[in-house]
Amino acid sequence: MLRQLHSLSGLVATLFVVLLTISGAVLSLNPLIERSQANIAGTASISVAELAGKLATRYPGAEQIQRRPSGSIIVYFTDGDQTGADLINPVTGETIGAYSNSPIMVWIKNLHRSYLLGTPGRVVAGVAAFFMLLLTFSGAVMLVNRLGGWRHICRPIQGPFKQRLHTEAGRAAVLGLILSASTGLYMSTMTFELIPDYSSTEPDFPTHVSGGAPASIDTLSTLKSIPLTEFRELVYPYPDDPMGVYSITTDQGSGFVDQSTGELLSYQAYGNPQKLYEFIYMLHTGEGLWWLGLLLGLSALAVPLMAWTGIQIWWKRKQSATTINYNSAARLADTVILVGSESNSTWGFAKTLHDALHSLGFQVHTASMNQIGKPYPQAKRMFILTATYGDGDAPASANHFLARLSKITKTPDVPVAVLGFGDRQFPAFCQFAKEVEAALITKGWPQLLPLETIHRQSPQEFARWGSVVGSVLDKELTLLHTPVHPPCTTLTLVERVDYGAEVQAPTAVLRFEAAPSHRGWLSRCLKRARLPHFDAGDLVGILPPDSSVPRFYSLASASKSGMLEICVRHHPDGLCSGFLHGLSVGDTIEAFIKLNPSFRPASGKGPVILIGAGTGIGPLVGFIRNNKAHRPMHLYWGGRSPQSDFLYETELKRYLEDKRLTKLNPVFSRISQGAYVQNKIIEDDKILGQLIEEGAQFLICGGRNMASSVAVALDKVIAPLGIDVATLKAQGRYREDVY
Amino acid sequence: MKRLATTLCLIAATLLSSPSYARDVTLTTQLKNYGGDGAYLAIYLTNADGQYQKTLWVAGKKSKYYKHLSGWARGSGQRKSEYDGLSGASVTEGKTLTVTLDLPDTYIDAGFQLRVDTAVEDMRDNRNDVVVPLTSEGVGKSNAGRGYVKAFTYSF
Repeated sequence: MLRQLHSLSGLVATLFVVLLTISGAVLSLNPLIERSQANIAGTASISVAELAGKLATRYPGAEQIQRRPSGSIIVYFTDGDQTGADLINPVTGETIGAYSNSPIMVWIKNLHRSYLLGTPGRVVAGVAAFFMLLLTFSGAVMLVNRLGGWRHICRPIQGPFKQRLHTEAGRAAVLGLILSASTGLYMSTMTFELIPDYSSTEPDFPTHVSGGAPASIDTLSTLKSIPLTEFRELVYPYPDDPMGVYSITTDQGSGFVDQSTGELLSYQAYGNPQKLYEFIYMLHTGEGLWWLGLLLGLSALAVPLMAWTGIQIWWKRKQSATTINYNSAARLADTVILVGSESNSTWGFAKTLHDALHSLGFQVHTASMNQIGKPYPQAKRMFILTATYGDGDAPASANHFLARLSKITKTPDVPVAVLGFGDRQFPAFCQFAKEVEAALITKGWPQLLPLETIHRQSPQEFARWGSVVGSVLDKELTLLHTPVHPPCTTLTLVERVDYGAEVQAPTAVLRFEAAPSHRGWLSRCLKRARLPHFDAGDLVGILPPDSSVPRFYSLASASKSGMLEICVRHHPDGLCSGFLHGLSVGDTIEAFIKLNPSFRPASGKGPVILIGAGTGIGPLVGFIRNNKAHRPMHLYWGGRSPQSDFLYETELKRYLEDKRLTKLNPVFSRISQGAYVQNKIIEDDKILGQLIEEGAQFLICGGRNMASSVAVALDKVIAPLGIDVATLKAQGRYREDVY
Repeated sequence: MKRLATTLCLIAATLLSSPSYARDVTLTTQLKNYGGDGAYLAIYLTNADGQYQKTLWVAGKKSKYYKHLSGWARGSGQRKSEYDGLSGASVTEGKTLTVTLDLPDTYIDAGFQLRVDTAVEDMRDNRNDVVVPLTSEGVGKSNAGRGYVKAFTYSF
């Protein structure tokens, strides 16, 4: 709901909001420019009378002196038939130069408040400010939900590059945008008198003046009592007008001064509405508060970036929307599938399940989880497929599920199976699915199958769950889920290095290059064979022949090296690993890239601790290889035998020499006094403790069992520091890529 | 009741003064391309000493900015009764404002002056942008202003 509001208002208002923010960012430079020209040091001890006295000889035709919010002093004068305006140094009274407004800034200001369209444009600008406020608030709430509450607002944001860019920019700019948009909206509503305009109350024009000969301006007592820091404007009387008076405006109010006696003849202080307006005006423009102006300008610049990324995110989400065919009506369905999905991928799995059950002759009804509580009179079984959002929260299509479930008074006799989707890298893995299962059990809902979880949308795990469901239904249920993946690139094997055959762990490092394109001479000339963009730590999806389900391998190289490198162990029954191990140099494969941006060394200079076992070394070697800045990197890696499966041995030793790798800690299990990587971690507790104090980050890659043993070992090692792995994970300092 | 009294007075005044002579005076004010937003203008009459007598026209809708028309603002005290029915929109640069109004003959060739004050947002205020005597001789003559006024003419 919130997301729909956010996307919809974004789409409607993008162009207008982007124009507002770009012009606003340019205007935000004004206060700084003015400030840089102003001379304000030491003006507190100068009075208006003193300044006017200094100007009297040089500007006999002075008509008006003004102090801008920046502190610049401007004198307006006539000289014969000419009028002029000069910028003045208030301390010396000397002329700095002629004062004029830049016509470009005037133009931009008009663009900013009315799109150069006069009054109708001002209405549009006001509406755009409202949309900007709406977008900022809805975006902020989504951000907070995503990060798991206000307490975690500073957590690192994970996800695909564009989403991260969008949310990071939004998080940095949110306060500035709220301030800009709300003050802009206030000023707009005041222009259109939707809220009452302050009526500026003027002091009464003096009915009686002394009428004496004008005194020298620097002797006038009232003007002597006003320091420049409080001064705003002084308007001179007409020359030779015995009834003339000075009018003076300060930051408190305005009044009239007798030109002969210097007496304050009348005075009117500003009312609170005017003071409020002036304060809000200052917040919006930064006039007199140049640093705030700059901050607001910077925040505004985040908007074009967010508009661009936002539209792309929206488009991608829309493209990946799933349509369910043959969806039976709720009252006829014997099988109900409820879906809790945030980014549509869970709908894809639901569709696979729906289609498979439909082809077996079931009447299947698929709907969002928020439809719980609707009557399903014919239902014999129910499946709930749900992802988890953020820190264990409900995804968008299930956000009312728990509330609606609790309102159901009579629990229906329909056995239910819950399937959770998630990523083990996050501490709250499948947390919402677990809560749903627990709530159903509390409700006394009968169970069809206990909770099962799917890690990273694994089609293999999903297929396994499908066969269990099939056995319960007494049918052959084949769930062949093909996640939509980007188009494949053809790659040619150019090099392979084999290890580990002697210790029953045949492992190969495979290096591919993009195969030359064969689509005509033109495309060959224009577009030479190129790899799609990727970095070490991203994943490559490989389609083995006769299979539409890709297998993912972690990449050990970056595309800019011109090579795609993976490290693959041959599993006895592995379809894809068998296929890859059967390749000879010159053979080709079909592959696509799946970005995995969270598995990277964080930026900075802090130490990085790389932990892996077996083929898990792949991306870790890639990180070391790219470590041209020579930040401290410590590698803990476990293999079987130094003689047989010491992957990348020569390369790693070279990296040690050229300082890309700080410390190499290989551990082998099949030698006398063999050990595992977790043993080495316990042994190195002092070193690791020291590195954590220095802000170290952990990157773990390898099998699930290894990863959990490492986490247990590390928890023991760092407990004395009063910290644990879960905390490190939450801080984004502990990232896993496990399989 | 008060309004009724005022109305009656006005009607009486009109009836009584109708035999006295009045003329349609046309005031034409052309603005320069001064490079700014729409200008606020006040066109008013003073006596030879510069003392305010009567408002002829105020261009610009927001009364909170009227104080920038400082000569007129002082003279009229910015009282709404002074410019009621005599105001309109601000004038864009380069454009011409033409106003026609009924003016008693007593003001003509009697030492009175026409004055124009002008003000533009974020630019200087011009008190006495134009000061010209209101005489039969001056009819049709173009007067250059000191500020944003390029040419000011009157005719009757």
